[in-house]
Amino acid sequence: MKPRADRFQEKSHEALDLVVLQGSLQRTTERFVAARETASGERADWEDLRTRARAARAGGMAKLDLYLVQLERNVLKNGGSVFWAQDAAEARDYVIGVAKRRGVRLAIKSKSMATEEIGLNEALEAAGVKPVETDLGEYIIQLAHDTPSHFLAPAIHWTKEAVGELFTRELGAVPTTDPAALTAIARVALRHDFLSATMGITGANFAVADTGSIVVVENEGNARLTTSAPAVHVAIVGIDKVVAQFADLEPLLMVLPRSATGQRLSTYVSILNGVRRSDETDGPEEFHLVLLDNGRTQLLGDPEARESLYCVKCSACLAVCPVFRRAGGHAYGWVYQGPIGSVLTPGLLGVEHAATLPFASSLCGACRDACPIKIDIPRMLVHMRQRVIEEVERPKSPWSSWMMALAARVMASPTGFSVLGRMGYWGQRLGGKWFVPGPMAAWARGRAVPQIARRPLRALVRDR
Amino acid sequence: MPIALFATCVIDQLAPNIGLAALDVLDRAGAKAAFPMGQTCCGQPFFNAGYRDEAARLARATVTVLEPFDTVVVPSGSCTAMIRVHYPQLFPADDPIQPAVDKLAKRTFEFSEFLAKKLGVTADQGRAPPLEPNRPAAGDGPVTVHDGCHGLRELGLGAACRSLLGGIGTEVRELADRQQCCGFGGAFSVKFDRISTSMGNAKADAIGATGAKTVVTCDPSCLLQIRGILERRGSDVTVVHLAEYLAQRAGR
Repeated sequence: MKPRADRFQEKSHEALDLVVLQGSLQRTTERFVAARETASGERADWEDLRTRARAARAGGMAKLDLYLVQLERNVLKNGGSVFWAQDAAEARDYVIGVAKRRGVRLAIKSKSMATEEIGLNEALEAAGVKPVETDLGEYIIQLAHDTPSHFLAPAIHWTKEAVGELFTRELGAVPTTDPAALTAIARVALRHDFLSATMGITGANFAVADTGSIVVVENEGNARLTTSAPAVHVAIVGIDKVVAQFADLEPLLMVLPRSATGQRLSTYVSILNGVRRSDETDGPEEFHLVLLDNGRTQLLGDPEARESLYCVKCSACLAVCPVFRRAGGHAYGWVYQGPIGSVLTPGLLGVEHAATLPFASSLCGACRDACPIKIDIPRMLVHMRQRVIEEVERPKSPWSSWMMALAARVMASPTGFSVLGRMGYWGQRLGGKWFVPGPMAAWARGRAVPQIARRPLRALVRDR
Repeated sequence: MPIALFATCVIDQLAPNIGLAALDVLDRAGAKAAFPMGQTCCGQPFFNAGYRDEAARLARATVTVLEPFDTVVVPSGSCTAMIRVHYPQLFPADDPIQPAVDKLAKRTFEFSEFLAKKLGVTADQGRAPPLEPNRPAAGDGPVTVHDGCHGLRELGLGAACRSLLGGIGTEVRELADRQQCCGFGGAFSVKFDRISTSMGNAKADAIGATGAKTVVTCDPSCLLQIRGILERRGSDVTVVHLAEYLAQRAGR
């Protein structure tokens, strides 16, 4: 997926104009919020679970160098192979290399944001391998040549009516808008691919260092099939997914589904330990773990933003975000949307490629309250804003940087502040309708403009 | 025990009546506060815009001006959070100003929070000792309350405002989805004005649904946003700061 994370304004305006999209965003996110509140509310120890889940993620990250090597050792012991991919190109090339060696023509995929990050599907197609998405949402997206707008519910911007039309057009299916019937149509269409594909590609929710296990959480059973039916399984996993020990999964598997869909437990939790053993009847002959960096060490090197990598991609912060609820996911321009996306995208791609995202927040903090890992997203949004100013704005426009410094200097002095206030007052009075500064015009588009007082508080107090 | 009112730049220039009301109410509550003339802005607009050095400059000036006071009262949840939560992390640990910053963070209180503490009001207590002289709000009609996000989520405020209102007999009708942001967010309100006004309009819808004709808030910035939206919609609902609401009733 090509990053276009610099078009938030334009894309969010497009979304605001789509009445149907606004309605479905509102309904879906409200449903997610209610489900999470019910599921977390029934645990009296919810806060304790959050603390333990955070500790598990922070623990893995604190000694990442150690645990990654331990993970590699244990995956090798389980009969798998490990490839360390520094960037998207290295990861793509490795997967294509494996596919070519095994003569793969058809690869089935379960939902994976890491593969989305590296643009794997396009690369596979170019190499003569047909990738087929098997998660229902991703299947819809792929069939429509669309891009996901939500990292948990990729087709959140699709209505069932539109999906019905798509299936009729692309699959020749009998027209319907019944979700169960639509699911059945996709199931039939995918069955053949499940049975004939020779490569299965997944991501992972977690990778366990002390056992070499790859953990995949899902609801449709498609990931279970993807990891067990084809002869080759390739898992593309961000290096941030590592946890130290198997026991760390306990709080994580408790908070993740509750925060994501409001389920106590996901329908399928696959804990995969390498290749098929001699006494087993299914499972892959080959297992490849691709450990993906792709900007993660760079983000890890920023101590103020490091904890964004603790994210378990539950999407609770998207559902509660008043900005996401209106802007929709495509406005964020890349794989990770919403508040956490506005930290991860500039963090992984470089702030110069996503300079608007950290500002697209009222800093209300609803995301921090919703996060099962207690990630302080608003604090990191402010930090990313600082990075944008220091790394992009100040070098690009020394003039505006100088103006801001001057403004701070003037405002720090009571005399300067008062003079500025009086200039504002007279400007507003005399300028009237002819001179409206940009920000005030933006305010006035939907709101009455507050008037600067004839006499400020300091003058009124002095007179008392 | 000298008390200072740090009125915030928004109140000083755009809504000075809130400042006068706050001074008046504090006075009646037996906590006469001074208005240090050296004060300007806490620096939050710069901080949230990513201009950290500039924010630090304003923070330094604010800390210096407020240093002689034992207690600082701020009629804004958001600016209180800036001083209490963000100031302590703004300077390098070895900066000579750090002890004064930490000290200020510990003795700065949001207006409703301070008043409740001063008057001994707690959330479960119900009636507050009256602000003398005081007329009950009976006949004034119900109000609704909007909580600013920073006060709510960074300081855990909200209860004090409701207790104080309850204490003078005002009926509070809660907003649906009351923790939703009003959409202000500083520069966000103009940089992303369509999203900001959409959030404001959702808040205005919720306000309308309560039937209350008065919105009480403890954040002057939220007040400007909500007032601007309601005014543009031609609504007859007024938005007031808690200080104004209390001062009007105490003065009758």
